[in-house]
Amino acid sequence: MATHAHTHHEEGFVSKYLFSQDHKMIAKQFLITGMMMAIVGMVMSTLFRLQLAWPGEGFTFMNMMLGDKWAPEGVLDPNMYLALVTIHGTIMVFFLLTAGLSGTFANLLIPLQIGARDMASGMLNMLSYWLFFLSCVIMISSLFVESGPAAAGWTIYPPLSALPQAIPGSGLGMTLWLVSMTLFVASSLIGGLNYIVTIINLRTKGMSMTRLPLTIWALFITAVLGVLSFPVLFAAVLLLIFDRGFGTAFYLSNIYIGGEALPQIGGSPVLYQHLFWFLGHPEVYIVLLPALGITSEVIATNSRKPIFGYRAMIGSILAIAFLSFIVWGHHMFLTGMNPFLGAVFTFTTLLIAIPSAVKAFNYLTTLWKGNLNFTPAMLFAVAMVSTFVTGGLTGIILADSALDINIHDTYYVVAHFHIVMGLSAVMAMFAGVYHWFPKLFGRMMNKGMAYTHFWITFIAAYGVFFPMHFLGLGGVPRRYYANTEFPIFDQFADLNVLITIFAILGALAQFIFVFNFFYSAFKGAKAVQNPWKSNTLEWTTPVEHVHGNWPGELPTVHRWPYDYSKPGKDVDFIPQTVPLEEGEHDGGGH
Amino acid sequence: MSTLLLIIVAVLGVIVLVQLLKVTELAKVLKNEKPWETTDSENRFHAGLLFLFMFVFFGFSIWLMVSYGDKLLPVAASEHGVATDALLDINHFVITVVFFIVNFILFFFAFRYYKKDGRKATFFTHSNRLELLWTTVPALFLAVIIIYGLNTWNTITAEPAEDAVLIELYSKQFDWTARYPGNDGKLGDYHYTLIDGTNPLGINKSDEGSQDDIIVKGEFHIPVNKDISFVFRSQDVIHSAYMPHFRAQMNTVPGMTTQFHFKPTITTAQMRTNLNNQEFDYILLCNKICGSAHYNMQMNIIVDTEEDYNKWLKEQKTFLSAQL
Repeated sequence: MATHAHTHHEEGFVSKYLFSQDHKMIAKQFLITGMMMAIVGMVMSTLFRLQLAWPGEGFTFMNMMLGDKWAPEGVLDPNMYLALVTIHGTIMVFFLLTAGLSGTFANLLIPLQIGARDMASGMLNMLSYWLFFLSCVIMISSLFVESGPAAAGWTIYPPLSALPQAIPGSGLGMTLWLVSMTLFVASSLIGGLNYIVTIINLRTKGMSMTRLPLTIWALFITAVLGVLSFPVLFAAVLLLIFDRGFGTAFYLSNIYIGGEALPQIGGSPVLYQHLFWFLGHPEVYIVLLPALGITSEVIATNSRKPIFGYRAMIGSILAIAFLSFIVWGHHMFLTGMNPFLGAVFTFTTLLIAIPSAVKAFNYLTTLWKGNLNFTPAMLFAVAMVSTFVTGGLTGIILADSALDINIHDTYYVVAHFHIVMGLSAVMAMFAGVYHWFPKLFGRMMNKGMAYTHFWITFIAAYGVFFPMHFLGLGGVPRRYYANTEFPIFDQFADLNVLITIFAILGALAQFIFVFNFFYSAFKGAKAVQNPWKSNTLEWTTPVEHVHGNWPGELPTVHRWPYDYSKPGKDVDFIPQTVPLEEGEHDGGGH
Repeated sequence: MSTLLLIIVAVLGVIVLVQLLKVTELAKVLKNEKPWETTDSENRFHAGLLFLFMFVFFGFSIWLMVSYGDKLLPVAASEHGVATDALLDINHFVITVVFFIVNFILFFFAFRYYKKDGRKATFFTHSNRLELLWTTVPALFLAVIIIYGLNTWNTITAEPAEDAVLIELYSKQFDWTARYPGNDGKLGDYHYTLIDGTNPLGINKSDEGSQDDIIVKGEFHIPVNKDISFVFRSQDVIHSAYMPHFRAQMNTVPGMTTQFHFKPTITTAQMRTNLNNQEFDYILLCNKICGSAHYNMQMNIIVDTEEDYNKWLKEQKTFLSAQL
């Protein structure tokens, strides 16, 4: 490996930008692909928000985007509405917040923060990206098939997803969705295994597990979660493919549809839900843990303070990860499961609140008596703590099976998971991009645009999702094309308009970000080596990317990553590479 | 043509913007400033804005609570619904208090400790006492919530009363059918292969239990103050029988039956008077994505006095006589 650093080899365009095996380039590929997918998902959400605010009204924009078949005279078709909701969810959960988030920051930060020349396997890393890319292409192509894309909700419960007679989206669109997801799972597994192996084996001298930055801990446990849970989704998807194509009956039984009684007997649609949520709940933490890791890092650096309770933070990550495997049933309280089982899942789910509370309070204590530098990344990190708390609290309500009876599948749920998972992860992802942009592109992002982007995004985010709690408590179900058929929902018509206005505002603000991103990547101010005066190893690499990351020897680590404002020192940060002085203690007082 | 012009204008606009940004950043670099570094005045400004944001956000939340608090579902019309509403209120009270306090601390700290020259942050790495505190306090609170919640859950999911009224709710894309067992108290046998145009529920006509079954569409009646024991079936895909006013919900799953029971406590007539709305009806709606008309899959529920209910039931045709 060391030879890489010393010999400079010429690369062509293809091996440098397309089939690169360099983790930094792969990180950029994941980020930009994820961003493109996110724009698609976001435009979809504005389309269905238009329909929800002004049901049945024609919009030229709608017709322009969807054409005469799906939006005749600009009025959204109900089947297309369900398709938009489905693909929006799929893109945001998997393509942006799983691959986009982990793919970007695991690839960028793992080698740089543990002091490795690259990932354990550059080849597998490249393969992971290209499988992801292929998966994106197939998912996007499903938008253009005649019967429309998958429309059974992002959780694609059979029989709705299994039978083309049930909904047009369960035709070719669903087949493409399933193919896309199998590739996606393969990509995640290859990537995840690579992350785990790299973190275990390639840490530089002195980088013990208890000297790892919390980002790495979070990405490590995330990869473990993914490797253990994604295969189960793979199985679920595969069985669904069998049911759809080969006449098996894993999920189907006693169905009469489209004027005929289907021959399948003995399957159970609930089996699919068990398999799906066995992935689906850990998936929430696959999204959230990297976000928490990024937030820890950004908050510590910009508070000029050690993260409070470093070991407790690691402990809470481990506790959350463990618990996430035994709570999936809380998505299924109303499937007719045994009430005793429901009670068990209520109990395990509510336990997650404890490590989550520890995390939230530790963030607050980190801010306390800090010297807070409000870079754009820091603002997003503070926003993330707020959404994590606000959204997490309503989880206490939803986890309670007795309460879930009434608010299950209402807008209360939509509000909850968008705030705690969606917003928190998106805020952290923005924080990460603003913070590590100099490591990605060697340039700085424009501050003015970043601040504008932050404020509009943060205001719009709460403006969209906070009012949804009230819709949910009013009994409004999610995934309704319109709320006009029930007089009891009429009183919420103005609230739906308000939500849509915030949604459009928030969507427009993202174009500021996209513009800033590409502008700064090419024309931004040149970065310096350590612009945020941070302790971690990535800031000891040169600004210009080199193969092998460090031109000379790999750095040696002498201390934990959070020596900010250490008493008795002149500077307020001491990089991990600085040796301990005589009598100096390392780490959180141990 | 106008589209083309618009595109040209947009492209030119972007180019101008890029050049302007470039010039301002170059100017800063020439003045030996680092354009990415947050200045003291910016720190003060954004810290202040965060604190201001908190007040606006809290104001928005309170405005929502005040103006929509009374537009939520009316008082629960079922026995267990009153209990779950009480549980919900207690939970909401606690999380609302925590929501305000924690967000306040967050934004207050952000405001209070923004960067000032010459101040050094406090090196505070951990405190076992504090960490123990905020592990045990949430744990104790959760213990109470869990015990209270599970008690309620166990009551709700206990066996229905012996004299419960049995009703089958049958779902298909995109409507509901209710079936009453008739005088024998037994729902007749069924099989999905028996479904056809005249027998949409697939009822086995040769089964004796089916002869006096009663099938209704559009709306169904239930008596007040009696336990109603529902069994749910589905013809095609998963639906969910959601009766928000009774705080009742259960999925309907093809290939299996599911159950839920509750005791309605307020008649439709009484509720209309309470709400001062003669148009009001209890509703059953579908709450699991099921296809294009998912948003309009509904049935009205009429809660009668027992007397009225019996009268209504007598007027209904039995399955057999409806078939003839």
